[in-house]
Amino acid sequence: MAMIRVLSLVLSVLSSVTLLWTQSGECNNGRRSADAVDTDFSGFSVPLEHSFEVDDVPRFRLRGALQFRGGREQGVYLSQNQLSEKDRNTLKDVAAVDGLYRIRVPRVSLQVDRQTEKQSEGYLTTFVRACSLVESHLSDVITLHTDVSGCVVGISIVTIPGSCRGIEVEDEVDLEVFNTTISVVAPVTAPVPETAPYIERMEQEMEKKGKNPQEQKSFFAKYWYLILGGAVFLMATSSAQTPPGGASEQS
Amino acid sequence: MAWLVVRLAISMSLLYTASAVFEDQVGKFDWRQQFIGKVRFALFDTHSQASKKLLLATDKNVFASLNSRTGDLFWRHVDKTGPEGHIDALLMYGQDAVVVVGNGRLLRSWETTVGGLKWETVLDTGSFQAAALVGVQDFVKYVAVLKKSAISLHDLSSGSEIWVENLPDSDSVQYQTIYSGGNGLVLVLGVVPNSHIVIVEYKIEDGEIMNKKSVEAAWMSSLESSCAVVSSGILLCVDQITQSLYTLPLQSAEQTEMRQIHLQTLDLEVVSGFRPVLTSTQPNPAQPPLSEFFLQLSPDHHILLQFKDGLIAPLRDFNPAYLAAFATSGERTVAAVMSPKNDTACSINLFSADTGRRHLDTTIIYHMDPNGGKPNRLYVHAFLKKDDSVGYRVMVQTEDLALTFLQQPGRVVWMREEALADVVTMEMVDLPFTGTQAELEGEFGKKADGLLPMVLKRLSSQFILLQAWLAHLWKLFYDARKPRSSVKNEVTIDVLSRDEFNLQKMMLMVTASGKLFGIDSKSGTILWKQYLENIQPNSVFKLIVQRTTAHFPHPPQCTLLIKNKDTGLGSLYVFNPIFGKKSQISVPALPRPILQTLLLPVIDQDYAKVLLLIDDQYKVTAFPSTKNVLQQLQDTASSIFFYLVDSSQGKLSGFRLRKDLSTELIWEVVIPTEVQKIVAVKGKRANEHVHSQGRVMGDRSVLYKYLNPNLLAVITESTDTHQERSFVGIILIDGVTGRIVHEAVQRKARGPVHFVHSENWVVYVYWNSKFRRNEFSVLELFEGAELYNSTVFSSLDRPHPPQVLQQSYIFPAPINTLEATLTEKGITSRHLLVGLPSGNILSLPKLFLDPRRPEMVSEQSREENLIPYAPEMPIREEWFINYNQTVSRVRGIYTAPSGLESTCLVVAYGLDIYQSRVFPSKQFDVLKDDYDYILISSVLFGLFFATMISKRLAEVKLLNRAWR
Repeated sequence: MAMIRVLSLVLSVLSSVTLLWTQSGECNNGRRSADAVDTDFSGFSVPLEHSFEVDDVPRFRLRGALQFRGGREQGVYLSQNQLSEKDRNTLKDVAAVDGLYRIRVPRVSLQVDRQTEKQSEGYLTTFVRACSLVESHLSDVITLHTDVSGCVVGISIVTIPGSCRGIEVEDEVDLEVFNTTISVVAPVTAPVPETAPYIERMEQEMEKKGKNPQEQKSFFAKYWYLILGGAVFLMATSSAQTPPGGASEQS
Repeated sequence: MAWLVVRLAISMSLLYTASAVFEDQVGKFDWRQQFIGKVRFALFDTHSQASKKLLLATDKNVFASLNSRTGDLFWRHVDKTGPEGHIDALLMYGQDAVVVVGNGRLLRSWETTVGGLKWETVLDTGSFQAAALVGVQDFVKYVAVLKKSAISLHDLSSGSEIWVENLPDSDSVQYQTIYSGGNGLVLVLGVVPNSHIVIVEYKIEDGEIMNKKSVEAAWMSSLESSCAVVSSGILLCVDQITQSLYTLPLQSAEQTEMRQIHLQTLDLEVVSGFRPVLTSTQPNPAQPPLSEFFLQLSPDHHILLQFKDGLIAPLRDFNPAYLAAFATSGERTVAAVMSPKNDTACSINLFSADTGRRHLDTTIIYHMDPNGGKPNRLYVHAFLKKDDSVGYRVMVQTEDLALTFLQQPGRVVWMREEALADVVTMEMVDLPFTGTQAELEGEFGKKADGLLPMVLKRLSSQFILLQAWLAHLWKLFYDARKPRSSVKNEVTIDVLSRDEFNLQKMMLMVTASGKLFGIDSKSGTILWKQYLENIQPNSVFKLIVQRTTAHFPHPPQCTLLIKNKDTGLGSLYVFNPIFGKKSQISVPALPRPILQTLLLPVIDQDYAKVLLLIDDQYKVTAFPSTKNVLQQLQDTASSIFFYLVDSSQGKLSGFRLRKDLSTELIWEVVIPTEVQKIVAVKGKRANEHVHSQGRVMGDRSVLYKYLNPNLLAVITESTDTHQERSFVGIILIDGVTGRIVHEAVQRKARGPVHFVHSENWVVYVYWNSKFRRNEFSVLELFEGAELYNSTVFSSLDRPHPPQVLQQSYIFPAPINTLEATLTEKGITSRHLLVGLPSGNILSLPKLFLDPRRPEMVSEQSREENLIPYAPEMPIREEWFINYNQTVSRVRGIYTAPSGLESTCLVVAYGLDIYQSRVFPSKQFDVLKDDYDYILISSVLFGLFFATMISKRLAEVKLLNRAWR
């Protein structure tokens, strides 16, 4: 509960649009208290936490809040605060020792009606190398993967560009604001054998064949000239062979 | 249509290559071995003296007949797996063998000479208890089958049911045995544990109950295990608690309780904790059993006793004796007893059953295999010799499921390794170089020598090579003059060496019984075997090749991880895969359950790859763990990642190694178990090579493959099994970052799912529950038209997700197993090897499983050689690589590359083992067998001489012209 209070405190500093979301987010986070449930029908929010430590022992702090819009079109928005001076320095230090930048989200279901059913335990974590985050000037792509029932099963983070070339990031401003692209990916439905179009195509072929009179001709109709030519040739050769025989007899 | 078909035919004839063998190639590079499994019943055909038949029924639900002279199969019937095909009883009379199958579901009679089914009867339901042949007036006519609550009598010649009767009080009495002494009655014996015995007498003609009585027996818990019928219907029981024998005449009216005979009075004692066993014999079912019987008092103490006039008298004491068995030939019954001789051998002797006297000159010496198990069953085949004395042969079954058939004075006639009927895992290892090759290799191993010694050494080794080559040539010349059959020499371990193209390899097979085999892949000869004792029946095995033969003078090294499935506790067994010898290397103790193993490309100073074992506290044990290795591990720790799968919680987690060999959790993916469960996770094979980075498309651009070596394919199945809602999920996860690369759901599908994960593709097979058919689906991953980083692949630096293409096809057959071919450099096109339940191995070109197969043929797709999409996958007979050599119950296929790029070695195992070679792109690097050397060389020589002559003539002509 303490965490949630921190969350609301942080978020209240953010812009007014975000504030609106914070309200709903707060509602959802406090969903165990039954009073505010009715007001939230379209969305909820969960905290996104990050950790970067020089000693590489994860200590997760709040990075922002993921706001989900429930219902038909599942959208997700991320409202996050700037990195503090101290955080920036730590991140740079971690990057210098090739440490990890970790993020995590709690396991939630994006189906709003299932929210109240069961609260799954645990977090989903992932990481990216801190140096690549620094070198990409905090531009990252976070993807949440859900299963068929809308439960978040995995989170991934990549930075663009993703490489660590050892470029020094001098400008402090570059490390203040996250430039995050966030998306939710649901499993795609795998294709099944496409019998209908195949049969259709076959039928079309048949029709084409039916229309084309050339194809329908009989064997003799098609090759009469060859057969005739062959026959004439045979006759000619057989008739041509006899006279020499006769001639030799005569001589 | 016509042009389509023609084009299809042309494109196919151009692209795929028929993998069928020619008739004269049969058996040239392939072999099959057929097995039956662990023997449960074995009967010798004593019908005629010359008979060579041996009938066997096994725990693999196989009923077979062996040639007792050679050990070859006459015929074999493989029934359904599981309890449905379980063989409950095997009885034999004359030419007929009667078998009860499937817990008393079916009664079958087989003709034993050709193995034809004579008749089959479906029996009433009820769990099977016992079956016996019933004879009347010296003639066996019926077979009686006892179920839990009924007894039925069937005619032996037709199988028709004579009568079936319900057993009285069958809910309280456990009826367990049938006895018939040929006097027109069938006796059914039942027991109420720790209370009394019930004996019911049935009349054979109509099944009328003639008599029913119960006898007090408060000490008895089971009839089957502690009683036997001897003499003329005397029930004899033994009890270890009271240390007594009990006798009861089954058909006498006056004696109403069992008579107790203390074993002490016979000067006998049962070893504490051992359950004594009684063995009696009834040579003819139409006559009462013999009055002699064996009593086993301890694992190596047998005694032959005789029941006479209500008294029991010992005939002969066999102490020590491991095994004892009766056998009858004609009118004479003998007993064969196996006694230990020394540490490595046992002697088997023959005794006459009625006196206990030893037959002279009947000793068979049985040498125990030091790498095998102890003998645990003895089957005796007795026969009358010309001088009317009794001769015999024995078949010994050992703990490691080896069957040895011996005859006097100890000659092993044949041997079968039935452990191979249950191969769990296997590997193929290259054979070592010959001594001379090794000599040459060894030169590179040592460095510190000076320049001159090196030169001398090189010269000497080259000289040795020359010598060897000349010897080889001489041998070739010498052999060429001899007929071909006599040249074929025996394969032994000493002559094993790598052939020119590395086509001959050592097959390492691990069997469920814990026996390891080293088999020559060319001939199928077992070169070594090793039985590992104390293997739990539920163990899982993982075979790892730590050092190949490439590092002379270091011997190759394999490690077998044996893990108890329940406790997870494991142990390592390190051995030399060529000779099968246990290695002297000290093995780390594994006190905690092992979760995962990881073979690193890191090698120690002895060129052994490092094996990491991760226990349930995520601590890592390295093997070998020398200082050098630990140093290397520390240096590379930050780039060593591994994953764990907990399917019970649906959790996949990734770890990174720390410098102190502890680990840290770095990613976690949780698939809720309420919706779907993880059924399988597969990475790619470590020894796989991909030759081409991309595919050239019709417009000459390149589509680059997404070749992520860390990619894992995770297959899930829905917990909801309703046919409309069930699904199969496929998730591709990067094993380093935990990033889900692709997630797809195959709806209205269910398992079992078989899949192959290789290169940039995953092929999986599932059951479509809506259309009730098997379907193939192929996923291919591409990076697109540009490579992100063409020099090196790193999971940490590959931000763009791959393009995923997928297509599905109908496969018109069920599938047992699936594997892909593998070649040395990956240039050869790939084929999928599909093990079908019919026993055939189908070699299916991967070309047919290409998600880019177009719906409509276009100029570009034709340019790219893409076959137009057809929803149904063809199965062609000529694609069966094993022609008629079917592999029963194929469970796994193993593929290994050979030294020839075109050739892939294939081993299919199940009940049988089949080894062959496949050539997915034909033998493009090999001259054909029927290549006409003479024609080519004569043409060459002809041309050569023609040029010489014409040159000479031209010169003469020029000269002449110059003179003119």
